Amino acid sequence: METMLSARGVKKRFGALEVLRGIDLTVSRGDVVAILGPSGSGKTTLLRCVNFLETADEGTLTLDGETLDMPRATRRQIAAYRRRTAFVFQNYNLFRNKTALQNVTEGLIVARKTPRAQAEEIGYKMLEKVGLSDRAHHYPAQLSGGQQQRVAIARALATDPEIIFFDEPTSALDPELIGEVLSVMRDLAREGMTMLVVTHELSFARGVANRVIFMEGGAVLAQDDAEAFFGNPREERVRAFLSTLGGLGE
Amino acid sequence: MTERLVRILIDSFGKILLPGLTMTIPLTVISFSLAMVIAVVMALVQYANVRVLRQIARFYIWVVRGTPLLVQLFVVFYGLPGVGIVLDPFPSAVIVFSINEGAYCAETMRAALESVPVGQLEAGYCVGMSYLQIMRRIVLPQALRTAFPPLSNSLIAMVKDTSLASNITVTEMFMATQRIVALTYEPLALYCEVGVIYLLFSTVLTRLQRAGEKRLNAYGA
Repeated sequence: METMLSARGVKKRFGALEVLRGIDLTVSRGDVVAILGPSGSGKTTLLRCVNFLETADEGTLTLDGETLDMPRATRRQIAAYRRRTAFVFQNYNLFRNKTALQNVTEGLIVARKTPRAQAEEIGYKMLEKVGLSDRAHHYPAQLSGGQQQRVAIARALATDPEIIFFDEPTSALDPELIGEVLSVMRDLAREGMTMLVVTHELSFARGVANRVIFMEGGAVLAQDDAEAFFGNPREERVRAFLSTLGGLGE
Repeated sequence: MTERLVRILIDSFGKILLPGLTMTIPLTVISFSLAMVIAVVMALVQYANVRVLRQIARFYIWVVRGTPLLVQLFVVFYGLPGVGIVLDPFPSAVIVFSINEGAYCAETMRAALESVPVGQLEAGYCVGMSYLQIMRRIVLPQALRTAFPPLSNSLIAMVKDTSLASNITVTEMFMATQRIVALTYEPLALYCEVGVIYLLFSTVLTRLQRAGEKRLNAYGA
């Protein structure tokens, strides 16, 4: 399959702490890649570096053949890159002073100069897609966590990104609300959306992801097809990790 | 109360209120508007950590907050003519009040800006907005809501502080009262009367604050 996004030699340290020790990562078009690993393994930092929310100390990033030097990318290059990607946060980060619809249309109207009428049409369509048309004029504070995260996904979809990054999208949710978010993500995967997902949801990784990256201590320990990863993990560490989370075997 | 005193109070009410409407209120409105502009700019350069400007802002706030308002009024009105800068009483008062209030409100605004979660900024970047777009459409509106109650406080305080302008010959309410006292020798009644008029002004502002907060609270917590 055609490579869409690849990162090479990504390194990042916070003071004395080496968080990423040279990560290589490849995502093909239509891939759903799950990044798993114990907390503190650097998964979230990697995802944030890949969308320039953190500046990597070293590394290159290639999206559709265009390569950026991660620590030296200019503001303009980063802005152009971000217009082709989208990010879904662990704690949603919906704009608190905007309604659900405005959250979805903001990136279109402000950053891409889409005419308001057209943007709102897209906005309603995206809200419908995540099952929230009836909440278009609610503010984030009036929505449940699961609804907020679905609006955040609608916001990510609105700008027609080539890839969506998800940073533990269900970790802040009450258990009974996790399902609605995962089911939206499952639909996206079925439609062929390319996604890179940091997650603790083994069942989601297993059921939806076609590839899995396992990180520990700032390095990639294993990288495999989901089937092989869960079915017959080669590394002892992966086996141990999966068994503590009850994700191994049937 | 004697009949004479009642008549003095009634006669003086209009004479005190009129400079309230023509001097105290314009002085407050103009000065506070300028103070808000100063405050937002000073808060933003600190928030965005613009190197030299940030230090200038810190220095300005340090000096202005550390010296008495009355001294600042005297420096501008009685002091500056010594170096050839002669200003009328009203513009002197506007300059001093806006610079003074700007320093306090800058701190309010800075705190309010810093209270907006950094995730709001990150989400803005991720949908492709620029820093300025995010500030204008996302961060500043949220900060203004947080800052609104303390800023209302500052505004109400300023209405009363304008009485200090009488010291540099601005004929606002307090100066008008002093003149009537000099003619009638009824200090207790008249100073209480002007106090009540200040209270009236503050009451109106408190009401406005409540209405403003209600509107700003439209989007909930």
